[in-house]
Amino acid sequence: MEWEIVIGIETHVQLSTESKIFSGASTDVGAPPNAHACEVDLALPGVLPVLNKDAVGKAIRFGVATQATINQRSIFARKNYFYPDLPKGYQISQMEIPIVEGGKLKFHVNKTERTVNLTRAHLEEDAGKSLHEDFIGMSGIDLNRAGTPLLEIVSEPEMRSSNEAVEYAKTLHALVRWIGICEGNMQEGNFRCDANVSVRRKGDEKLGTRREIKNLNSFKFLQQAIEYEASWQMEQIEDGLAIVQATVLFDPDSGETRLMRTKEDAHDYRYFPDPDLLPLVIDDEWLIRTRASLPELPESKAKRYQSELELNGPDVASLVSSLEAATYFEATLDQFDQKTIKPAAKLIANWMNGELTASLNRAQKDFTQCPINAETLSNLIKRILDNTLSTKLARLVFEELWSGNSSVDDIITEKGFKQMSDTGEIEAYVSQVIKENSQQVADFKAGKEKALNSLVGQVMKLTKGKANPTQVNDILKTKLS
Amino acid sequence: MSLTKQDVKKAADLARIEITDQEAEDALDPLKKVFTLIEEMQQLNTENVEPMAHAQDISTRLRDDVVTEVDQRELLQASAPAIENGLFLVPKVIDQ
Repeated sequence: MEWEIVIGIETHVQLSTESKIFSGASTDVGAPPNAHACEVDLALPGVLPVLNKDAVGKAIRFGVATQATINQRSIFARKNYFYPDLPKGYQISQMEIPIVEGGKLKFHVNKTERTVNLTRAHLEEDAGKSLHEDFIGMSGIDLNRAGTPLLEIVSEPEMRSSNEAVEYAKTLHALVRWIGICEGNMQEGNFRCDANVSVRRKGDEKLGTRREIKNLNSFKFLQQAIEYEASWQMEQIEDGLAIVQATVLFDPDSGETRLMRTKEDAHDYRYFPDPDLLPLVIDDEWLIRTRASLPELPESKAKRYQSELELNGPDVASLVSSLEAATYFEATLDQFDQKTIKPAAKLIANWMNGELTASLNRAQKDFTQCPINAETLSNLIKRILDNTLSTKLARLVFEELWSGNSSVDDIITEKGFKQMSDTGEIEAYVSQVIKENSQQVADFKAGKEKALNSLVGQVMKLTKGKANPTQVNDILKTKLS
Repeated sequence: MSLTKQDVKKAADLARIEITDQEAEDALDPLKKVFTLIEEMQQLNTENVEPMAHAQDISTRLRDDVVTEVDQRELLQASAPAIENGLFLVPKVIDQ
């Protein structure tokens, strides 16, 4: 019997504002407990929420970037429940009319393009933090996070595997960073996913009963949790047991999901419009301004790089993985004219995705903090394109550049890295190698093609890598024929 | 709809209000009047009336994204029953 997994994802994206969504307190993390909790965040009597314009602007950016409908009139509602890290006794959220409705996200799974429709995205405030460990019989409450703006993005249940779910989450994560609405630091909880998982027999129309896995803050956990949960549900049903709608938690240590609460004890949130807040109205001009200010999106850049620069899919995927990488790539590419732009693009992609990314990862830096600027990288690429440098020599120059030397040509002159292009000089080395390796020469003449590689290697060794291997190959062949 | 004592107790429970059977009984009649009023209002034809989310037909004011609050933790925690290392202390909570 074949099973089908059905997954929908809700993501809490922390919007990167300076101040909170309804108060003028700082959203900065790392402050001492409650140092950033003001009267509004503490729900002291008589305080009123005033909406942060930038939080609204960032929600609009998301809606525009996903081709969603922006509701030009949306409403804030109270979601009522009791918990000490929620001092008001309700969370201000949006229910009937959210700011963003619909929209879609495109991504690739195993080179196949997938589109997942979005249900909605609404603005809400985050709760504080409860610390249960350190106090006997008591919980410590830190309300610094209370009131931090969140955009909750809800997908349709359109994903069919853990891989798809992870690619969706990664694409969404890259997008919110790309359009500058979220820092995207997952360890700090800037981007948290809940996965709704159900299973059904392949071909069934009706959805199975779902269980919701809460608060997954890494792509790895998202994948593991969905895989465990789906196989658990299949086993239950195969054993003749019914799935009960429930909320579960993922335990990274055991790799299992465990029950948090069933639908029967589910909260009755008693949503109603918040009388403290008037409807949020967004005028046409704001929408137009947002559309104009949005950077070119990764999807569009990827298409352009493939069609105009003839780069391959994997190369392009890495280049558009962050706005920083794409900006660096384009700045480097700007240094080339129309004639050399395609070979240059391929080389830049190779260096960025290879040496440069590896070095940046080792140094825990991103492209904005790269010690080699775009112009310097372009100078290195130019010397590869005009055959001054072999790949091997270019790597040596790269190391010099990484450690702070910024002139490619100076490094080449000072270190004598210049590729040997004088044919006479190379011929002399070739003759020497032929003389000293009679066995290999005989082998090659007897038809062993492989013997030639060994001879080329000998020449390269003698010239300390400065000869052009293709040239050496040609000269050897001529001399031996 | 006919409100029962059970409904009153459920509403009280959701609002974390502890009430006795007698108090639930006493609250029943006044609450029924509210529901009757709602029923009466629902008789009205509102077919061409746009629903309002607020009694005032104006939109919300927005503030610029600027930090305007300073750290007043000491003052704000002065009335808290228990604090430690800057944290508010509350009876231990386990999520249900």
